[in-house]
Parts: sequence; structure tokens; C-alpha cells
Amino acid sequence: MTQQRAKQLVILSGKGGTGKTSLSAAFAYESTHAGMNYKTFFVDADVDAANLSLVLEAQVAEQHEFWGSSQAEIDVQKCTGCGSCESVCRYDAIFPHSEIPGVNWIDPIACDGCAACVYACPEDAISMIPQQEGFWYRSETPYGKFFHAELFPGRENSGKLVTLIKQNARLAADDQSVQLIVIDGPPGIGCPVISACAGTDLGLIVAEPGQAGMHDLQRVLGTLRHFRIPTVICINKADLYPQGTKEIYEFAETQGIEVVGEIPFDESIPLSMLQGVPIQVLYPESPAARAIHKIWHQTVNKLFQYEKQNV
Amino acid sequence: MNMKIAVASGKGGTGKTMVATSLALSLIETNQVKLLDCDVEAPNAHLFLHPTFTQEIPAVIRIPKIDPERCTLCGQCVEVCQFHALAKVGKTIMVFPQLCHGCGSCTWNCPEGAIEEIPNPIGVIEKGTTISGIDFTHGKLTLSEPMATPIIRQLKKLEKSSNGTITVIDSPPGASCSVVETVRGVDFVILVTEPTPFGLHDLKQMLGILEDMRIRYGVVINREGIGNAELDRYLEQKGIPILMRIPFDKEIARGIAAGKPLVVIDPNYHEKFKDMYQKINQIIDKSDGRS
Repeated sequence: MTQQRAKQLVILSGKGGTGKTSLSAAFAYESTHAGMNYKTFFVDADVDAANLSLVLEAQVAEQHEFWGSSQAEIDVQKCTGCGSCESVCRYDAIFPHSEIPGVNWIDPIACDGCAACVYACPEDAISMIPQQEGFWYRSETPYGKFFHAELFPGRENSGKLVTLIKQNARLAADDQSVQLIVIDGPPGIGCPVISACAGTDLGLIVAEPGQAGMHDLQRVLGTLRHFRIPTVICINKADLYPQGTKEIYEFAETQGIEVVGEIPFDESIPLSMLQGVPIQVLYPESPAARAIHKIWHQTVNKLFQYEKQNV
Repeated sequence: MNMKIAVASGKGGTGKTMVATSLALSLIETNQVKLLDCDVEAPNAHLFLHPTFTQEIPAVIRIPKIDPERCTLCGQCVEVCQFHALAKVGKTIMVFPQLCHGCGSCTWNCPEGAIEEIPNPIGVIEKGTTISGIDFTHGKLTLSEPMATPIIRQLKKLEKSSNGTITVIDSPPGASCSVVETVRGVDFVILVTEPTPFGLHDLKQMLGILEDMRIRYGVVINREGIGNAELDRYLEQKGIPILMRIPFDKEIARGIAAGKPLVVIDPNYHEKFKDMYQKINQIIDKSDGRS
């Protein structure tokens, strides 16, 4: 039999705080304890609010620097304060130097790294300085290898770092006959979400009942559809607002999307987070743990039965 | 005096929109208030405030359009573009709109003057007013468009506040470039978090940004009761002011899910938000040395 590439599952939500990371951690536990085990790697693609390492008992095995974009810097010896740079900057990043009169200064927080000023400067006083924008890690967990990162606060979350850790997970997965890669995605629908989705086999949306939850569910579903990624939905905190849960079922039906299960509000989830472990480690019989067990089975069944197709 | 207050969090789903909308509803009784929803990927404030939109403005990035008559294929534009949005393919220069940051560098550097810039829509900005009189603006990123930051920049540039206006800005989650653009130039940031390890970890990311940018801030602890005392200990140790505590309460969770503002679920919060605003003013006065 030819070796199959690992399937990739991306967990998304649109709205933040619906439980993506707690579910990802619980899936890590399921992958090694649910009877039929899947050799699984994990990726935390929420690189500017990376929390999955806090609940996977991760031990960092490798640390790598992440060098992203460059930023413009003015050589104060050469600057004549002519203002050519300021006139081309569309990011309002160029100001008079606070200490040296007659010289300009580039605010690194506002600089977009476009280098327009570099070319505009008649004195050749501006150069692009490469920036380290974070670290990425390969870690060991009791559930499988884990690829994650830490974007330095405020840096451009261009999706490059997300792509980088996904690639590394993928390469390692090919080497070690891994069957599944679970990707804990970022909130929203923009660049890092698009990078998290790229090349995945199935999207699992963690929806939350309520108006905001429904609104953002629709936006993230539209994004997954655009990239032709088959999608299923699970509903978290389903009993907190039953009417909203009903609306999600109705919406899913009109869209032809399967709801793979619902998780009740359960304090075992925050309590296990406090202990830094997946919910099943401490509360295997809790209502949420039982619900997640079913969702895991439904999801992997779907994943291993789906061949990539247009949706 | 104008006042701009952003509501941010690091972690998603901690209650930013809940705090921003109820702060606006509490202050509108005595002030002119604007609400700017900068969470353009998942904007939700309108679901709580129900503004009537009267104006729709396309959110655009200006992308290059190359005149093939004038283009000599010298490749200077490809060379200067830092974002790989231009490529020389055979006998044409190709433009990749989704990679373009709209910086204009290619236009200025074309020796033939062969590039003009055309607007490429990446979303919309909608403006309106709520029944209570809040001047409401939000941006919506078009699905599958990657870049949120240019909409936020455009959204903020549109807002020329008249004197005495309080602007409340709802921020996106996370701690990357879109949040930096949102909090740039504000007077104060309210950080909404929850007393859990995730909440604390992501709050620290935000503190890093605000310290770098020298913006004043305080913390609202939401869902008090679900986590532990680690957050409180950390805030006390760092001397970070706590502006408000909101207990975990299923009634509140249900009301928010139904699209009700916190001040409607529990009207006592009107006074609490007004007090919070006073507290914020005191913090600003104190750090300006006015007290």
C-alpha cells in the first residue's frame, strides 16, 4: 500500500473565545485514547495569542528564530531632514527626531516595511533592517509532536509564521507516517486564518449560540467555502442559549452542513485549563468530555471518508 | 477635549464588544459618543446597538495598473515591491492584488510613468446612528480578503471627532498588527480579560504592545469566578488598575447571546460604566500630572 499523506483538520470559529483551543487539546487526548488511535501531530496557528501549549503539557524540543519582514531605519549621520521620505510614506510613520534637530525618525510601530522611503531618499540615508518577529517551536507532548510559535507582541501577523509551522509539521508528518494533523486556528477570517486553512482536508467550526456567534459563523463558513474546504460544525456552550443552538442547526441544514455534535456549558473545561491539561485527564466522565468524545469520532470518520471534492 | 478609548483583550471572546457597547450606551446620556468597531474580520457591535446605516463607503487598497503601451518591462517595479505583489512573467508584469499593501512605491519608482493606481475594494465601511444617538461606524472585510489593517487605517482616518466627543473603539482580538493599528493614537485602552491561564497569557501580550506604545490602560475582569486568583495577583504585583469586575453569571451570558447589551440585562451597570469612565479620567489626569 502506498503511504498516505497526513490528513489536515483545521479548527476555526470566526468569533474568538468559543473554545477552539480547549477542543483541540481534548482532540489530542482522544487521538491517543479513543480506542482506534490515530498518530497525530498538532499545530497552534493562533500565533499572536498562542495558548494550546498551556494545556498540552508541551516540552520544547527545538526553538527557532522567525525572521519576518524588514523595517526602514534612517542613518542620522546622512539625513538632511529634507522630508522626501515623509512625502511618500502612506503609513504616517515618519516624524522629526525627538533628540536630534533637523533629522527624521521612523516609528517602527507604524512602519509597514514597504521601503518607499528608501527609494525616495536622495541621500541614501535609509536602509531596510531585517526583523526577528518571533520564535517557532517543535515540542513533545504526551499526545504527539506539537508545532507552535510565539509572534512578538504587535508584529505583523502576515500568515507567514502560520505557513512556516504548518510546513514543518507537514514535513515531519511525512517522515513519520503520521495520519492526522490537528490545527488550532486563529479567530477572525483574515490573513492568518487563510494561511491556517490552506491545504486542509476538513474545517471544524466551533460555533457559539447567539447573535454574534451566528454572525461570525457565517463569515468563517463563507471563507472556508471560498477555499473549497469541506466543513462541519460543532456547537459549544449549547445549553446556555438553546434558541441560538436551534438557529445554528437550522442554518446548518439550509447550508447542507453537518453538525457533528454539541458541547454543554461545563465548568470542567475552565477547571482543566487551570491545571494545564485536556479535560479528559481530570474529568473523563464530565458531560463536556463525553460530548467531545462523540464529536471526535464523527469528525475523524468524516475526515477519513472524505476525499477532497468541490463543495 | 476629545477622548478616545479602545477596548482590547488579547484573547478572543473575553467580552470586548460587551464592554464597548455598554460603555457607549452609558456615556451617551451625558455626552456625544462615537462607536468605532475596528474588528473588521468579525464585527459584532452593530448586533447590540442596531444602528440605522445611512452611508456605505468602499474600503480600498490602491493597487498598481500598468499601461502596457508605456511599460518597457525593465522590472524596476518588481524590484522595489517588498511584498512580491508584482512579477515579470514573459512579456507582462503581473499584479497580485491580495499581496499588495497599496504603498505606492512601484508607481513612484517606474521610470516610464507607466503605473497608475486603481482602487481595489477589500471591504466596506458603514456609518449610521443608533436610536440613542450614538454615532456608529464599522468596517467589514470581504470574505477571502487577507488584509484587515488597511480597513482599520481607513476607518480611523474617516473619524474626525468634533470637540467634546468620546470615541469608543472596539478592537479585534489578538496582539498583532491589526490591534496596533486600532490602538494607535488613543488616549486609553480598556483591556478585557478573564481570570484563566489563557486570559492572563494573552493579556501579557497586549501589555507588551501598550508599554512599547506608551498608551495608558486598565483592566476589566470578566467572568470572575470561573478561574483562579493568578490574574489578580499579577495585576496587583504590577500595579495595574482594575476598572471593573463582572461576575460569571449565566443570566448575563444568555442575555449577551440574545444580543442584549449588558446595561439592558442589568441596568445597574449604567452607573458602573459611568464610574469606570471617571476612573479612566482620573488615571489619565494622574499620569499627566494634573492631580
